[in-house]
Order: sequence, then structure tokens, then C-alpha cells
Amino acid sequence: MPLDPSFAGRSYPPTASYQVGREKIREFATAIGAADELHHDPEAARAAGYPDVVAPPTFAVVITMAANRQIVEDPDLGVDYSRVVHGDQRFAYTRPIVAGDELVSTNTIEEIRSRGGHDFLTMRTDVASAAGEPVVTAWSKIVVRGEG
Amino acid sequence: MELPVQTFRVTRADLVRYAGASGDFNPIHWSERFATKVGLPGVIAHGMYTMALVGRAVTAWAGSADAVVDFSVRFSRPVPVPDDDEGTELEVRGVAKGETEAGLMQIDITATCRGEKVLSQARALVRRPA
Repeated sequence: MPLDPSFAGRSYPPTASYQVGREKIREFATAIGAADELHHDPEAARAAGYPDVVAPPTFAVVITMAANRQIVEDPDLGVDYSRVVHGDQRFAYTRPIVAGDELVSTNTIEEIRSRGGHDFLTMRTDVASAAGEPVVTAWSKIVVRGEG
Repeated sequence: MELPVQTFRVTRADLVRYAGASGDFNPIHWSERFATKVGLPGVIAHGMYTMALVGRAVTAWAGSADAVVDFSVRFSRPVPVPDDDEGTELEVRGVAKGETEAGLMQIDITATCRGEKVLSQARALVRRPA
């Protein structure tokens, strides 16, 4: 069953806030081998003008991938996640994510297309501070592979 | 301007560590049995792990860990990671394309594994060093 293209343009209610932890940033940076002191040392981050350690550029996916479950687990849309592969990813930053941020994500389905038996779903996630200031927007295009 | 080539070794242990840190526990990134059952050549790296390594290359080229303003990739081919000590290797090349109107430097990126491109349309916009 192809995905219903009329879901394009649909927005979901904002998620509960995600609290960005200093140790989570360090853990993520260590996992990708990012040794820069901005990711690990709060004093170095403060010297660079940040309140606490700074997340690497793709850290936002920790937040947005969890937020996107609102869409991929929407029973009315009916994505078969066992057939999903990641197609495209983009991040557009207003500012880096830093430890101590309380971030709220708002998901929108930007596009649904079907081609060659596969479905292509583009999700936009606008991530903002609790005060509503934009931090980063992520676009994830996933491919739901057709059967056979 | 061609930027210095950067290479990254990727082993199964790296994928396990990334799964834990990112929360992406899709079994195609750790179970050979599951990966082959769904038609993959074997366990493959998380696309977002590949993108994270490319992000390291970009921040190294830019000269600061907080320089990335815009970063986009298309995952065009999987990165198989064999279950041995060597794993595989990702080779990342970049070309600095000059400044955008906003004063950002555009870097066009190529990432290859075993001679095959694994990303397409990969691009970053970075702040210039102060």
C-alpha cells in the first residue's frame, strides 16, 4: 500500500522537551571520535562564548530521530519501519546545540512521493528552545522500500 | 580549492558505540543475520554515523568544531562493515567552492568506501574562522 500523499503538509503537536545533557554530548562526541575540547570541556566552551559544551553538527539527530517517531509510528500513515532506509539528511543551524538546552521539536510532513514501487517521505523537524527561539531545522527523507 | 583528504576507519565496535550514543538500534547495524535476511550484503554502518565522520572532516577543514551552519547529504550506497579487526575505511574529500552571499564557505564533499561513492550531493556551509 503506497503512503497516502494527502498527509503532505500535515504538522504534529510539539514534542515534550528534550533536555540536552553534558554527558550525552560527550558520549556522542566520543562515539564519533570527535575529540575537540568544545565538545568535552565546559571551560573551553565558555571561553568560546557558550554556556556549556557544544554538540557536534549531527548530534541533532538524537533529538529529531526520536521526535520523528510521531510520524513513522502514526497508525493512520502506516509506515512499515522494517522496510525503511535513510535517503537524505540535512541540518540547518541557527546556532549550535549546547548542554543545558531544553529543546522542543515540531514535525511536519513536507512531501510524500511514490516512484518505482517505493515511497519517499520527507519529514521536517523544527527544533526550538523552550522560549521558542529556533535552534536547528532537520530534514530527513526516508525511503520505504516496496515489497519484492 | 581541494582540501586535504581525510580517512576514517570503521569497525563493528564503532557501530555498536554509535548505536548506544545515538539511540539508533536498528539491527541492520549490528546483526549479520538480520541484515542478510532483509537483503543487505551484511551489517552496514548507520548512514548517520557516516555523516558524523564527514562532519568531523568538515569541522577539521573549517578549523573549528562549531563552524557548521548547514550540512546535507544523500545516502547513495551502503557502507558494509566486515566483522574483523580492520573493518572498512571511509575516505572523505572536499572542495572549497568560495563564499556564499551570507559570507559562509561552501564545501562540496565526496565520501568513498572501497572506491565507490557512498554519498551524493553532500555539501556543507561553514563559518569562516574569525
